[in-house]
Amino acid sequence: MNTLNTAMVEKYRNDFLKEVEENVEEGHWVKMCMQCGVCSGSCPFGPDWEHPPQEIFMMIRAGKRDEVLATESMWMCTSCYNCIVRCPRELPITHIMHGLANYAHRLGLAPKMNPTRRFAKIFWNNIAKTGRVNEMALSLKLYFMDGFASGVKKSLAMAGVGLGMLKTKRLNPFTLFRHKGVEKPKQLQAMLKKAKEIEDRRKGLAS
Amino acid sequence: MSDTKTAAYICKGCGLGERLDTAQLANLAESEGKCAITRQHDFLCNQDGVGTIRNDIDNEGVTHVVIAACSRRAKTEAFNFDDVALTRANLREGVVWVRPDSEEARETTQEMADDYVRMACAEIQYMHQPAGNQEAGSNKRILVVGGGVSGMTAALESSKAGYEVLVVEKTAELGGWAAKLHRRVPTREPFADPQDAGVVELIKAINDDQNVQVFLNSTIVRTSGAPGRFSVDIGTESGTTTTENVGAIIQASGFRNYDASQLPELGFGQSPDVVDQAGLEELAKQANGKPIQRPSDGKEVNSVVFIQCAGQRSNAEGHLPYCSGHCCNTSIKQAMYFKDANPGVDTVVMFDDLRTPGNGEDFYRSAQRKGVIFTKGKPQGVNKNNGQLEVKFHDMILDEDAIAKADLVVLATGQVPNSGADIEQLAAASDSEDTQNENAELTVPVDSILNLNYRQGPDLPHLRHGFSDSHFICFPYETRRSGIYTCGPVRRPMDIAQAAVDATGAALKAIQAVENASVGRAAHPRSGDLSFPSFRKEGCTQCKRCTVECPFGAIDEDEERYPVFNESRCRRCGTCMGACPVRVISFENYSVDTVGQQVKAVDMPDEFDEKPRILLLACENDAYPALDMAAQQGLVYSPFVRILPVRCLGSVNAIWISDALNSGYDGIMLMGCKKGDDYQCHFVKGSEMAYDRMGKIDDTLQQLQLETERVVTHEVEITDIHRVPQLINEYAAKIDEIGMNPFKGF
Repeated sequence: MNTLNTAMVEKYRNDFLKEVEENVEEGHWVKMCMQCGVCSGSCPFGPDWEHPPQEIFMMIRAGKRDEVLATESMWMCTSCYNCIVRCPRELPITHIMHGLANYAHRLGLAPKMNPTRRFAKIFWNNIAKTGRVNEMALSLKLYFMDGFASGVKKSLAMAGVGLGMLKTKRLNPFTLFRHKGVEKPKQLQAMLKKAKEIEDRRKGLAS
Repeated sequence: MSDTKTAAYICKGCGLGERLDTAQLANLAESEGKCAITRQHDFLCNQDGVGTIRNDIDNEGVTHVVIAACSRRAKTEAFNFDDVALTRANLREGVVWVRPDSEEARETTQEMADDYVRMACAEIQYMHQPAGNQEAGSNKRILVVGGGVSGMTAALESSKAGYEVLVVEKTAELGGWAAKLHRRVPTREPFADPQDAGVVELIKAINDDQNVQVFLNSTIVRTSGAPGRFSVDIGTESGTTTTENVGAIIQASGFRNYDASQLPELGFGQSPDVVDQAGLEELAKQANGKPIQRPSDGKEVNSVVFIQCAGQRSNAEGHLPYCSGHCCNTSIKQAMYFKDANPGVDTVVMFDDLRTPGNGEDFYRSAQRKGVIFTKGKPQGVNKNNGQLEVKFHDMILDEDAIAKADLVVLATGQVPNSGADIEQLAAASDSEDTQNENAELTVPVDSILNLNYRQGPDLPHLRHGFSDSHFICFPYETRRSGIYTCGPVRRPMDIAQAAVDATGAALKAIQAVENASVGRAAHPRSGDLSFPSFRKEGCTQCKRCTVECPFGAIDEDEERYPVFNESRCRRCGTCMGACPVRVISFENYSVDTVGQQVKAVDMPDEFDEKPRILLLACENDAYPALDMAAQQGLVYSPFVRILPVRCLGSVNAIWISDALNSGYDGIMLMGCKKGDDYQCHFVKGSEMAYDRMGKIDDTLQQLQLETERVVTHEVEITDIHRVPQLINEYAAKIDEIGMNPFKGF
């Protein structure tokens, strides 16, 4: 088990609401939910969620730590912001969902094979390297993340689109070898590292 | 009668002159209507027109005036002649505005106008100018029953308006429930924290007020009289009685808490750590800002569960079926008692529907900010386990059974009104006593509050769930006993803020009542009316129907069982007049004759004219205004209908119906207000009485071999502007279908 997770369990005991409040992005809003269910009704993915936002908020209050952090639900969020717009209590629900996902990921409790989580990781590594997205590399990495055979299959399925993009100069295969990033990627990486340090310190997550 | 002189004035303004043959109307008024003076005027409601009428009254000795112009609801200020008997023929809203301006409609439109002039002339011959109430009392003191927030507010408001007030309080102290609170729900921005109940200040204001006299440890032993002249015996605990005279009464007897011992399944009575909201106020008062201790062992409470809607909003036996309105805010406030003393205390409010009236939504938010947990759940039971309470509940969001542990459980129980004895039950009990005299010593389960010596019973009638009958939207403080007004939780469940507003409203009503009573005028809804009912004793058969059916308990009985009218209690609805089988009850300006003669005055075309006649008796409170508004909107209806406004459908006497059928009307429509528990009848029971009576008319119709459709009754609201003409037209088509009245021409 993740050491951070153990530490958190130790620190908050049964008070999961407090843990969320203090560690999750916008987590202090969770207690303000009044259980009207408008968020769940507004979510375009609502029927596909294991636990819609209203339920997640209730689970947090009921102290269902393991179930909340391990669920795939908040990873389903597409950031359409419908829930934020409609919430009568003005909860930043989208941000809370991402905050919860991020927290679960850091504690090592997020579902390992969740595609959203994996894509997010690939995307972050890609952009953090040079400061600009290398689209060619990102697509290939994404297609081949489940192994070579499935990668070939996915690539072939998208071949028409890819060729079209090549033709209209929307895709440059040479960026795979020479990608133009920001001027000083080293400095960018240093900045990101520092930012993470500050955030961790603020949240008491430094380990 | 010899000095009666009738004048008719026919207006030609508003298009009446172009659409109608007013000369013919004037002729009719003179020949058939026997008017000594008839005048036509181009614009009757202008200064000249009104001046003409005034001059005839002053110099020509006119005592009875017929104005044939617009609806009686229009131009009331111009045509305000209170020294003569006056009637209005409605030629504008009743005729030209509801008929198309076409050549083929001209004849039937003129017939309508002719008939309305005939009706007005017939009515005026039987009308008298009301002489005013002879038994008017002019006592303007106001009695307030109950010394809680409602009562004290009513007393202070009345006093500030310059009226002397008596406050009668059953207990040894003023303040009521509010005095028992640790804090109250906030009334000021930002609605975030409980605030001081403010009762001490209120009591001080009462004690400092020279206009207010307080009777503690006292109850009302007997109330008699009428608005402006109530006589009230105030009894103290020691048995002494003082008699006081007052003009109006405000009943602010408040509520008592639902008996939580009826909820053993929620642990009440099983463990001292299960309390109701009043119990928690007591604990909080003891703690006074320090951490609250649980009753069983004095341990500091670290976790508390509030169970909302305990024993209320439920149809289970012994539960209250209604919502008491204040308990959600109260629980939020009480949860803050814990959180404010120690933010570490677990506070869970278990609700099904959280309802926070007033500015409670901000208060609710504030509690969430303070960390109070709100759980949507249905409690299933409270048990004690290892010195801790366990609340079993079904989590309605997660759809699963769960357990919440707590040191203390608070049950949010409801308010039960202190509305005194249920007089309907008493009447039923005394009826059964009459039949079987075994339980002669039947005890009254609830003590009476007012001990009225009225024929109808000692207290105000109840409506639903034991709350005093008082229309909650249209005329909130009015009760069915004139001059007696209710406010606060005896009327409907409410919190302190609402009770204070309520009390102010009731105080204003009481002031209106004493002022009206002192000049012999009626109170709401015929406020200002000087007429009152009288009866011909020779004809009375002592049948008691008037005394039983009077919605306001205005009529008592004397030793010989003759009715005794308490004019000041009367609202002038005429329900007694409608009830009287021998037709001996009448008002000076409204009687069996004034309406009956109008019914007969209509010119009845014979069977072969293909011109049916429909009589529409319309309640003047809602149906008649709706008809007027339909006319204003230019809606058209059948020219065969003749509309006759009545004070209330309850005043409709069956003789009018049989007279109408005998004189050849083909159909009779009655339009009154909604009846039942959510009634809209301005006289509460009038329309219900009418329905009752009309139900019995069906038999008579069948005996006469007449179709039961010849008499129909409709519930009409003031907003039914489009529906009313539709009802008339549909009925005209129906009459066409079933054919003419066979009694025509006999």
